[in-house]
Amino acid sequence: MATAVESALREALAGPAPGAAALGALRDALAAAAGGGEAALGPRGRERLGALLRRLAASAAAGPEEPAGPWRSCFGEAPPGLALSALLAALGEPRGAAPRAGAGLRALLEELERLVRGRLPAVLGELCRQRGSAELGAGLLGAVVALPERLSNALQGGHPPAVFLPQNYFPLLAAAILEALHEVAAALRGGSDCSISSLSHVLGKVCVRGRQKEILSVLVPRLAELTRSDCIWQRICWRLVECVPDRCMEAVVLGFVERAPGADVLSRLLGNLVVKNKHAQFVVTQKFLLLQYGYTTAVLQNLLGYLSLDSLRRALLIKVLQELLETWSSSSAVKHSPPEQQEYISKAILICLSHLKDSEIESCRQELLTSMMEGVKCHLDSSLPQIRRLGMIVAESISSKINTDGPVLKFQYEEDDEARELKSLLVQAPSFCVPSVPDDSRKEKADAALPSASESNGKSHTAAAHVVSDEESDTELDSDDDLTPYDMSEDKELKTKAPVYIRDCIEVLTGSEDVDKWEATVKALESLVRKNPAATREVSVELAKILLHLEEKTCIEGFAELRQRAQVAVLTVDPIPVAQYLTSQFYSLNYSLRQRMDILDVLVLAARELSSPKVHGKTKHVEKPCVQLLPASDSSKDWRRIVDERIKSKTRRFAKGPSQVQVASGPNEFNSVAGHFFFPLLQNFDRPLSTFDLLGEDHFVLGRLVHTLAVLLYLAVNTMAVTAMGKALMEFVWALRFHTDSYVRQGLLSCISSMLLSVPAEHLLNNMTEELLETQSWLGDVVEKDPDGDCRRLALQNLLLMENLKKKLNKTVPS
Amino acid sequence: MAAPPPDPQFVLRGTSAAVHALHFSCGGQEPDVPVLFSGSENGLINVWNLKTHRVDKALDGHGRKSVCWVETMDGKDRLLSQGRDQKICLWDLAEGRASVTDSVFTENVGFCRCSLLKVAQGRWLMAMAAKALDEVQVLELPSKTSVCTLKPEAGAKLGMPMCLKLWQINCGSQPLLLAGYEDGSVVLWNLSVGKVLSQLFCHQEPVMSLDFDSEKAKGISGSSERVLSIWSLNEQQNLQVHTTHRLVNAGISDITIRPDKKILATAGWDHRIRVFGWKKMKPLAVLDYHTATVHCVSFSDHKNPSERLLAAGSKDHRISIWSIYTQT
Repeated sequence: MATAVESALREALAGPAPGAAALGALRDALAAAAGGGEAALGPRGRERLGALLRRLAASAAAGPEEPAGPWRSCFGEAPPGLALSALLAALGEPRGAAPRAGAGLRALLEELERLVRGRLPAVLGELCRQRGSAELGAGLLGAVVALPERLSNALQGGHPPAVFLPQNYFPLLAAAILEALHEVAAALRGGSDCSISSLSHVLGKVCVRGRQKEILSVLVPRLAELTRSDCIWQRICWRLVECVPDRCMEAVVLGFVERAPGADVLSRLLGNLVVKNKHAQFVVTQKFLLLQYGYTTAVLQNLLGYLSLDSLRRALLIKVLQELLETWSSSSAVKHSPPEQQEYISKAILICLSHLKDSEIESCRQELLTSMMEGVKCHLDSSLPQIRRLGMIVAESISSKINTDGPVLKFQYEEDDEARELKSLLVQAPSFCVPSVPDDSRKEKADAALPSASESNGKSHTAAAHVVSDEESDTELDSDDDLTPYDMSEDKELKTKAPVYIRDCIEVLTGSEDVDKWEATVKALESLVRKNPAATREVSVELAKILLHLEEKTCIEGFAELRQRAQVAVLTVDPIPVAQYLTSQFYSLNYSLRQRMDILDVLVLAARELSSPKVHGKTKHVEKPCVQLLPASDSSKDWRRIVDERIKSKTRRFAKGPSQVQVASGPNEFNSVAGHFFFPLLQNFDRPLSTFDLLGEDHFVLGRLVHTLAVLLYLAVNTMAVTAMGKALMEFVWALRFHTDSYVRQGLLSCISSMLLSVPAEHLLNNMTEELLETQSWLGDVVEKDPDGDCRRLALQNLLLMENLKKKLNKTVPS
Repeated sequence: MAAPPPDPQFVLRGTSAAVHALHFSCGGQEPDVPVLFSGSENGLINVWNLKTHRVDKALDGHGRKSVCWVETMDGKDRLLSQGRDQKICLWDLAEGRASVTDSVFTENVGFCRCSLLKVAQGRWLMAMAAKALDEVQVLELPSKTSVCTLKPEAGAKLGMPMCLKLWQINCGSQPLLLAGYEDGSVVLWNLSVGKVLSQLFCHQEPVMSLDFDSEKAKGISGSSERVLSIWSLNEQQNLQVHTTHRLVNAGISDITIRPDKKILATAGWDHRIRVFGWKKMKPLAVLDYHTATVHCVSFSDHKNPSERLLAAGSKDHRISIWSIYTQT
């Protein structure tokens, strides 16, 4: 029979155009194929049939007047895979010879839509059966997977029917896959063998093309439902994922992990995939955890929960934890990887810890301890506060896990939402698939508990009331009532009087044993200094010295701030000598890092105060003092306003005066002293002292220094020295540009920004052209390669600033 | 909203030294002017005329050493004063005189104020800290004969006596002495046998001042701490703590219960005078006028309750006079 069909097809193909005869032959062939099953059509027959269908489709596309008759039924009856390929091929033909007519095209699209809506499962079935002929299968596979793209390519901007949009097509495909799987399940139950690797290929290819969301959001919930209690479905599902080709494995696994509603569901869906498949193992244990860091906490919880749910996989969990800890405790990772990744790894470690059993912890206690010590050291060494805090939280968690009875580590850090969130990971999250019923019942219970609580409250109230009334009756009997007390709200704790003269303050701060007086002095010093600038100038350097060395004697609230404000006050009152003193002390021996950083802070704050314009003459804002004899009533104000408005509307003004709001102006006090603040700080950074090594381990202070310099330069805008300052800073930045600490690099980039903003453009271009060009290329490098997100952002901003500068220049000097 | 605390009725200035002792003498008949005696750090005793608010007389008998206690014997003509020159002087002030008629050399270096009790017409007892650091001596006046010397048992470690209060339950009964000591305890002495009747530890710090209400058998003491301690004496002559009252600021230098036993006043190191209802220790007023430690408070002995005054002497050289809760 096959031969008869073949010959008919050959004849039909030989004809000039697929006429009625060809159609007839085709009909026969199809009928025969339908009768004898797919097998009746030999490979060659199949090939011929495909070719014929293609021609048919092509002619249908070309001929608008073709009645939508017989050829359509051919497609309806033809094997769906062939029909799909033929239709796509016809649509995909170049526009070349015959301009495509609307009606034909529409007909083709309609046919395709019918096929997609009705026969996708059949297409998949065909795919399954075509295991033998790899290339044919691959062609069809490609067609199925890429249908939306191919179609939109073919239509070239025309709008394809809605069903071919990815968001509609892939759910359809998912449904088809499910249907095919149902068939497989039925077959397995019937005892026959079945292969689903083609379905896995489809799934893999769709996922790798980035359509996980569309296809898996349909597939995963259904599969989760089906695998709940059916082990055949579980096996099918495992097989489906296992057969995914290696290069698609990552996309598929990620899709499952992201969409599974909980670790137990994920475990049901994936089975022991990570144990069986090397590639999946690599993806799960290395790639998702150590190489990538963009996933949500829920994904991490799913992933690690999945690893913990089977004894075979638990070994992997411990291995994963070891690797995570290795990364966490490696100082180079802490230094070079972005904070987001470190947070991700920390989260993963905490979740791992939450899954470990005591016995497992016991077995690796020593390793945990070693890496904790290593890690906490390099985290605390970091200059980024968030990294330090991460280190503290993780170390606390590890220590609480390994020392169940002994003392545990305890750090001081701010307990905010982020910290709480991290710590909450240490407690195993309740499984997501807990049915909502217990929730409701819990709520009901809570509701039920409420009234009883309020009842008991009420009782206690009444009890309290009894007590009170008892007392009252007591007092009534024993009358102190006739003595009405006066207001005693002013009876506060006594404050010691602060000294009134600056020199007294010095005396108290240096020698006094009277703690109360000392406290009062520290509190009063700032205002005293600001009130008596002349008296302060006499002793300014001495006072600055005392303040720099002032230690907290008693526990005063906000001591550091009080001291700092006093220091700033002294520096602003007498800038030059005090700045000289402070900057010289920054590089001298025997100061703590805290003191050095205090110096920097004080310099910045004072510079800001000096450079910001002040209102001179306070009378400006004070209204003319007058005795108000009558209370001003609202109506009179209204009247005034109405009259004013009327006058305004009727008056024509020919010239506008200066705008109403006068910006406060005054001489920039920073102008004459900027250099004293700035240059001494630049001098000695590369000369290590025995106690202080800026380029070595004291890089945190270096970071602060760099930031300080940036701020000082920014504040020095419009001063005389700014160009020289900018130039000096440029050299400084150039020397340090490859510093390993990201905080320092951020500071350097801020320096560039301040320079671009503060130094006048013409000076920049005249005096520093080469440096600018060098910097530009460095910035380009940073934007591309720096591991720190903030650095990249700052560098990009700097490049934009440079662009703006160039534009401005082009505007002023048209070339 | 409670009324704001009153201002002083008037203020006596001009002692030119910190005021350490005050005593009213206002009980005389109409031609007599009410007076206030004040002892100050420069050794002078000022006699203030409360009509004119001026100093009538300044008595100088303690060699420029601080005067820490003044008390009259029967009206304002005979005055006892104690100074840091270790002398107690008896002044004759009648008919414009101002002379020391008698004196006792105490040989005590502390600053424990004496206590005087009239036991019969023309007969007084005076308790004073004696030469030995932990002893109290009781003299009979005006004869100056020693009644007894109260010496704690060896090993009691009470320290120096800090404040004294002689009292008797009613006229003619056995006089008793309450003494506050350096170790924070209050001790009740029996004068006739010279033995301790009861001892109560009510403070951690030395007892700075105490006063006792013999009608209610209840007393109060203050120290450099933040608490006032109220204690009572039961029938078995045992002292026991009644309540304590917590203060806003630490340090009490003097406590006086008004003669009518309705209110009491404390002199605080925090510059404030506090007034309490005596029955329940109900806080009534905080008088904030002085700018330095208040050293002493005293109530007047006016016959007419509505004229009664409260006086406070302070380190700021001023004496503030208050008229407060006079209608009760």
